[in-house]
Amino acid sequence: MENLLSIEHLSKSFTLHNLEKHISAAEDVSLYLKGGEFVGITGKSGSGKSTVLKCIYRTYLPNSGHIWYQSERFGRIDLASASEQVIIELRKHEIGYVSQFLNVMPRTTARELVHNAIVEMGHDQEYAEQETVKMLEHFELDRSLWDSYPATFSGGEKLRLNIARAMVKRPRLLLLDEPTASLDQGSKLKVKQLIEQLMAQGTTMLGIFHDLEFMEDLCNREYRIQQGRFYLAEKQKTNILLN
Amino acid sequence: MGQISSPIMSVRQLNKQFGKGCEQCSNSDNRKLERNYCRACGTVYSCQNLSFDLYPGEVLGIVGESGSGKSTLMRSLYFDQEVTTGEAYLQPYKEGAVNLFQESSQQQKYIRNHLMGKVYQNPVLGLRMGFSSIGNIAEKMIAAGNRNVAAMEARGSELLDQVHIPVYRMKEAPKKFSGGMQQRVQIAKALSNNPPILLLDEVTTGLDLSVQANVLDLIKHLQRELKISMLLVSHDLGVIRMLADRTMVMLDGRVVEQGLTDQILEDPQHAYTQQLVHSLL
Repeated sequence: MENLLSIEHLSKSFTLHNLEKHISAAEDVSLYLKGGEFVGITGKSGSGKSTVLKCIYRTYLPNSGHIWYQSERFGRIDLASASEQVIIELRKHEIGYVSQFLNVMPRTTARELVHNAIVEMGHDQEYAEQETVKMLEHFELDRSLWDSYPATFSGGEKLRLNIARAMVKRPRLLLLDEPTASLDQGSKLKVKQLIEQLMAQGTTMLGIFHDLEFMEDLCNREYRIQQGRFYLAEKQKTNILLN
Repeated sequence: MGQISSPIMSVRQLNKQFGKGCEQCSNSDNRKLERNYCRACGTVYSCQNLSFDLYPGEVLGIVGESGSGKSTLMRSLYFDQEVTTGEAYLQPYKEGAVNLFQESSQQQKYIRNHLMGKVYQNPVLGLRMGFSSIGNIAEKMIAAGNRNVAAMEARGSELLDQVHIPVYRMKEAPKKFSGGMQQRVQIAKALSNNPPILLLDEVTTGLDLSVQANVLDLIKHLQRELKISMLLVSHDLGVIRMLADRTMVMLDGRVVEQGLTDQILEDPQHAYTQQLVHSLL
């Protein structure tokens, strides 16, 4: 099967003009994802894990290298150099991004947040309403919260809402940037179930997790960053099982 | 295979200068300017070779400090002033084949009244403060050829209701309203002919926070429900972050950087943009 995503020699650095500094965040990164895979990235903080994810989502502009993505709409394209219009379309329909921080519109209720995500994809109001209810129930978000502002939610509730919003779009590729950081065990378990459902749904995922056990339990393959380099790590799960 | 829709508005090489220019500054390739000002002859170059596209349903943010040329650009696009040189094309106008700046003033009036709406930072520029609010809205509709009073009144009160101005106050003049209400009357007026494009020039500047929130929510609603394309000028990065899909950064009459809004805010490339983003509280 052809790779859904394949990164070739990606480098990203930041030039801070007022400090006259040049900071290298990721250097010569290459990795690939096959369709339907769940791949994890591990490494120390500051090793460039998030940078890679943000380059894929184009929140960061890569300096060099290619990010080949097999798009449903546009065929094989390089996310590193695709036009902004293409990226906007892909974000609407194909690529999702979830971090531990919920970036919400102020004065938008949980229900509206999910609803808007569906309408944005071009569905009508009625369908959006149905799907919203389904999704919020599915994520076990307490009914009393549906019509309140997410700014008042607990960390776990915010995250579930965040994933709900990403999942309702049924993205082909989902980027997970430490979504479980700062969650308690119960909430983590819920997130884990959600990820398993996404996998069953066929979503390809690339994720960063601090909780190695959590990640290794789920992922098909794992990349490690050591001294700024990416290595493909043997999957740990088989070892654990063998022992 | 997916297709990206073509732009609804395209601007190419727009230039606006105030002053005649001299040997030192006439050639745009090797101008010697102090920011945007020629010290030899006193000419101000407010907009220099601006080119960009606006896509259907998109909000394009324009940020930059005072004097960077944002408002001059907006005035030029609404024909409030003539450009020095440049081209602009509107897809809904003669299929985007004609340079708007070369059209007769009558045609430009037509474009203003049928295809665009503008909201000014200062309501005095956009409204007749002594006329009734509904009259202000009717004025734009009459200019666009409407003559049916009952229909205009119906449309006017519908719009005022949409922008949360109580309909029982529609006969009152904007000068009796608060700043936020005046801004909302302006928006209602700008929307009266269902324009595909809205030009918003610092619409929330100077409003207090709760009123600002009100106006921002209204704009967001217009974008989502009516799919109107907007050019949104603001020096408030919070407003830009909330509303704009893409953002253009201006400095001294030039575009120094443009990109996806989250990219501009998280990975700014130009020294000025970095300074701007790091100035956020």
